[in-house]
Amino acid sequence: MKSEGASEAAQPRAPGEGELPGYTRVAAFGGVYSNHLALAEAVADARRRGAESLLCLGDLGAFGPSPDRVFPILRDEGVDVIRGNYDDSIARGLDDCQCGYTDPADNHYARISYRYTFRNTSQENREWMGRLPSHRRFRLGELEVLACHGSPRQVNEFLWESTTPDHFLEKLAREHGCDVILGTHTGLHWSREFAPGKWYVNAGALGRPANDGRTTVTYPFLQARDRDLEVEFVPVAYDHEALAEEMRREELPEEFVETILTGWWTTCLEVLPGKERARGRW
Amino acid sequence: MASIDAKATTQEVEGEPPDRSGVQLPVWDSGSAPGSDVHGAQDENSPPLVPLQALDELWFQVSGTVCNLRCHHCFISCSPENHSFWFMTREQVARALDASESLGVKEYYFTGGEPFMNREMEGILEDTLRRGPATVLTNATLIPERRARALARLRDGSRYSLELRVSLDGIDPEMNDAIRGEGAFHRCMEGVENLVTHGFLPIITCMRSWPEEKTDAMLASFRTLLAEVGYHRARIKILPPLLLGEEARRSRGYEETERVTHEMLHGFDMGELLCSRARLVSAQGVHACPILLDAPSARLEDSLEEAVGRPAALAEQACFTCYMSGSICSNAPAGGGWESQ
Repeated sequence: MKSEGASEAAQPRAPGEGELPGYTRVAAFGGVYSNHLALAEAVADARRRGAESLLCLGDLGAFGPSPDRVFPILRDEGVDVIRGNYDDSIARGLDDCQCGYTDPADNHYARISYRYTFRNTSQENREWMGRLPSHRRFRLGELEVLACHGSPRQVNEFLWESTTPDHFLEKLAREHGCDVILGTHTGLHWSREFAPGKWYVNAGALGRPANDGRTTVTYPFLQARDRDLEVEFVPVAYDHEALAEEMRREELPEEFVETILTGWWTTCLEVLPGKERARGRW
Repeated sequence: MASIDAKATTQEVEGEPPDRSGVQLPVWDSGSAPGSDVHGAQDENSPPLVPLQALDELWFQVSGTVCNLRCHHCFISCSPENHSFWFMTREQVARALDASESLGVKEYYFTGGEPFMNREMEGILEDTLRRGPATVLTNATLIPERRARALARLRDGSRYSLELRVSLDGIDPEMNDAIRGEGAFHRCMEGVENLVTHGFLPIITCMRSWPEEKTDAMLASFRTLLAEVGYHRARIKILPPLLLGEEARRSRGYEETERVTHEMLHGFDMGELLCSRARLVSAQGVHACPILLDAPSARLEDSLEEAVGRPAALAEQACFTCYMSGSICSNAPAGGGWESQ
């Protein structure tokens, strides 16, 4: 896939720029959050479905145990990875994850998670993350896809289903030159055809459940039908109890473990809009 | 207050990660911002200018300066008698909503005065929620059960969020009503209870009228209070005081040194300022900022289409509060300007 500049918003392609790689079936993985067990299951599932390309949209660490375990899977399986805000922070040794929390409780848990992840990510993996591109472009059938972490203009922008109007997405697609915007960052998956032939797909997260009371995690499987796009959100069952055990062994907060075991988010809730927050338990 | 330098970097982490010397988020230096002259410099004798990066938030002064309360901290001195800005009509709002679509607006906010003093408010929200998410800043004293039910219907009929931001300035009548007037506490709590009963999770906003070190204890007290009316996962936002209007008389005005200067903007992320991504529409035109409704320096143009081409001038001392505290008016933090265009 074609990668773009490391720290700039995605620019539209200039006329005459080289051909983009083309696919008809792509699997996209949202935030992994160190959940290496879910990542391995999702990769296997995507291969079984005949994915021609596997793409990870960033935020490899946070929340889960032993962050270095996700890197061999990504490299060995040839997953194309984009740098998320968490990866950027860890790679550059910033003070926090750039999620922008202001609530004291959210900040408390975000700091625990960030310090743990920073301490347990090897120098080699930090440097690798620092070299990741911030965006990727490819063709899916006849559609041009722009894959990013938050939004095409800002790595840490939250695009929630209930606060993202169609006309705003149209502006992004127009300004950044694409038919499909593929992102993550929110941890909640959703998709919408916001104008004829134009789609937004949020991959959600592999790292934790979608705040829906289920222990499965989710990834989108994208299939092209000429100028049409089919998005299937695939639930991935994995050994979540084993992950919870690993988290406890690493002495991560019991609140994080509870999310893995119950499917309900317990922390970092401040940023959720009312509609999304109301669907959860906490 | 934090030191001025505090806004230029992200929050400190004790001990580790190590060696951050020289590492900061990329920032937008005002000296090279669009809106400055061809050499990237601004006139040091004029207030700093902030260009609009994107019109992400469109605010409506939907009830003008008309309010059913007379709060002692109101930064634009709203009251039943303050008619200096009048109600917007549903048609006026709809015109701006139409214009907002081609401008790619992301969120809509409604303020006043008290928005529910505007008799067309529910219709205005219906028009808005067809296009995008809406947030109403209210004192919740005009939300009887019937209105809460109507709002729930509007919310459930839209794919977009309808947020109610409720101003409550104390944990009991004594503390709240000293600022917001007699009876305001009980009427507000009734409104909150009605909203919660109908499935809303209102964002409770409270102006910090206590020393900063007491904030954690105050937050705990607010949570206890709200749980008593069935609100068990309260969303609470503590806001710094704006030393304008009634609040300047209640506590103090700004010191002469409390201004934003060109020098202060070197290395500062302009995305932190609401005026870099929002405009306010009133019955009398378009303004740079919802806080500065009655400041002549902040009135930009008659129409939204014209106003988006005009930068905001950081001419008022209230700009200092925004500089120090970030965009306090938005529901969620802006997330900083990293990688923003």
